[in-house]
Amino acid sequence: MEPRTIYGRVLTYILLIVGSCAFVFPFVWMLGTSLKPIEQTNTMPPRWVPYDYKATLNGRYQPVIRDNNPLTAPVLVVRMTEGPQAGIKRVIGVDEYKDGKARTVIAGSTEWLGATLLYRAEPGWYYVKERKETEQIDAPAEWDLLPPEKIDGRARLFWENYPNAIRKMGTTRVWIPFLGERTIPLFFLYLRNSLIVCTLGVIGTVISSALAAYSLAKIPWRGRGVLFAVTLATMMVPFPVLMVPMYALFKTFGWVGTLLPLWVPPALGTGFNIFLLRQFFLTIPRDLSEAARIDGCSEFGIFWRIILPLSRPALAVVALFHFLYAWNDFLGPLLYLTRRETFTLSLGLQAYQSQQGGVDWSSLMAASTLVCVPIIVLFFFTQKTFIRGIATTGIKG
Amino acid sequence: MTRAERRHLRNGLLFAAPWLVGLGTFLAFPILSSLYLSFCDYSTLQPPVWIGLQNYRDLMGDTVFHKSLSNTFIFAAMALPAGLVTALFLAILLNSGVRGLPIFRTLFYLPCLVPAVASAMLWLWVFNGQYGILNYALSGVLDPLNSLINSLLSSLGSDARVHLAPPTWLSDPNWSKPALAIMSVWGVGGTMIVYLAGLQDVPAELYEAAEIDGAGWWRKLFHVTIPCLSPVIYFTLIIGLINVMQFFTAAYIMGGGPMGGTAGMPARSTLFYAIYLWGQALEWLHMGYACAMAWILFMIVVILTLIAHGTALRRITYLG
Repeated sequence: MEPRTIYGRVLTYILLIVGSCAFVFPFVWMLGTSLKPIEQTNTMPPRWVPYDYKATLNGRYQPVIRDNNPLTAPVLVVRMTEGPQAGIKRVIGVDEYKDGKARTVIAGSTEWLGATLLYRAEPGWYYVKERKETEQIDAPAEWDLLPPEKIDGRARLFWENYPNAIRKMGTTRVWIPFLGERTIPLFFLYLRNSLIVCTLGVIGTVISSALAAYSLAKIPWRGRGVLFAVTLATMMVPFPVLMVPMYALFKTFGWVGTLLPLWVPPALGTGFNIFLLRQFFLTIPRDLSEAARIDGCSEFGIFWRIILPLSRPALAVVALFHFLYAWNDFLGPLLYLTRRETFTLSLGLQAYQSQQGGVDWSSLMAASTLVCVPIIVLFFFTQKTFIRGIATTGIKG
Repeated sequence: MTRAERRHLRNGLLFAAPWLVGLGTFLAFPILSSLYLSFCDYSTLQPPVWIGLQNYRDLMGDTVFHKSLSNTFIFAAMALPAGLVTALFLAILLNSGVRGLPIFRTLFYLPCLVPAVASAMLWLWVFNGQYGILNYALSGVLDPLNSLINSLLSSLGSDARVHLAPPTWLSDPNWSKPALAIMSVWGVGGTMIVYLAGLQDVPAELYEAAEIDGAGWWRKLFHVTIPCLSPVIYFTLIIGLINVMQFFTAAYIMGGGPMGGTAGMPARSTLFYAIYLWGQALEWLHMGYACAMAWILFMIVVILTLIAHGTALRRITYLG
């Protein structure tokens, strides 16, 4: 259905460009946030370019955190010498200091207590404080006020948010062969667990599903019609129906808290993959396998030497989709995994989010990006298989 | 049975053996035992006790259950049509002979790859009422609109003033479900690719014939494209129904997580069926009750599929 007029074509491109920008924008926002220092995420309007600020503070030229809003009225910075706040630096209004005394409210009553005037800050000055190497949200640090010309700003991407996010997700002590006991970030354990679940699940489901699909497509045995119907029907069963008995079953096996419940069931084949491969095997001409049979090839030989090599594209689709499914799965890990050392990346990311309480957006976005990157890289290397897979799985249904 | 038949039976069963084991252990057994457990009081700590239809009777009177069911249906009614229409629209745009098709296709498909947990985090941040990018963009539209309306009002001599402000999305019970629906539209890339493949199979002669008959763009859309695509639309509709009824991960993360705490925030507006079922099973250990809920869900999925099947069959056009 090609638009005939030039206006139609222009409109099509405009819609496509606007639409794809809208689809891509959330990624840009995620990536952008992950490269900002934490205090520059909470601004309205948002800051598009992160800035690295440096200033001389406490006698040292160093990286600092600059508050987002400049002063609108002059203030005085004093150090208390009297009362419960003695020794503490305070910021007060210009009329709250007189003759070496600062106005202080203690338990509702106003008193004038001794204080030393440090300096006067003018409108336009900014609050700054030290940027610590390991920035803790609640770490107490003293604010100072500096005029804008004494704060050097330079646009910079905060790539250090990534290692910091990995560290903030927690660490654990594990025993590593040849190295002994080491403290490592939980992130690497999550990654390892995800890779174990994905790899074993993929290998298992490709082999088992292909075997079952061969049986259903190429071996004329009595009862295969029934098995095919049952296989199709399993695709309709919602997971919650299986959830409670599976949990009870794996509890009796002693598998709860291990990765086994996540990869063993799919490794025995899944209805969808068997259906997909069966449809593909049916398109392979009978003559090929018949010729091999006449030459004395065994059934397994036909499967292994003739059908499988011809089915590489379909097997790749099954492998990719299972990898994607297992990588993204959240409900399974949430159900079966109990200790943080056994979490997969999805569950680990959620655990980190619920523990830090949704304040540290730059670390959270960095962690989310890290969980997405392997899948997106995988996609770019296997794009053709992916697109063909989605198209055929949709249509063949 | 002849020798050949026996050999085929043996080989057939041998090849299917891993799947038969999996089917029996991880599908047939759990399905049957969850049906049995739905008639029991069961907490995993003690053996199940048969209580007949009590779980189902309790469910009928459980107002939270009704709430979770209506939440799920309302969400499905927003997310499914919005997703299907967007996917179809994008597929038609991509199929109109544009240059750079692979690039656009990849851009629209990318969100489907993002793990549900990561996309939930991402959208929590996009929808953030205070610092979220969406509300920044919306106030960029609404603020000039406000001042325009207000200047009109004052020029008319009225004292009334409007102040249209963007919603706080996930913190507002009225907007939390539309927010989740917007998020789900972001993931329609897969459906779009299915439609795109379907569109490429529509015979060009049909369009040529329609053009000879003087059909315009809209007529071709409704009388050629959509009828030819109807089997594919039907398929994606069924899959979408099955999935949306089990909507869990994003709701779990964005709605405040475990039941005991704040599930379905705000004001239970995101307490979906699967979330409530999860809470009953894993947090309150009402495993029998959860199984009854799961079976009701199963029946709903089956009935909806049959309805979709029944109405679709009359409308679907299969091409050769």
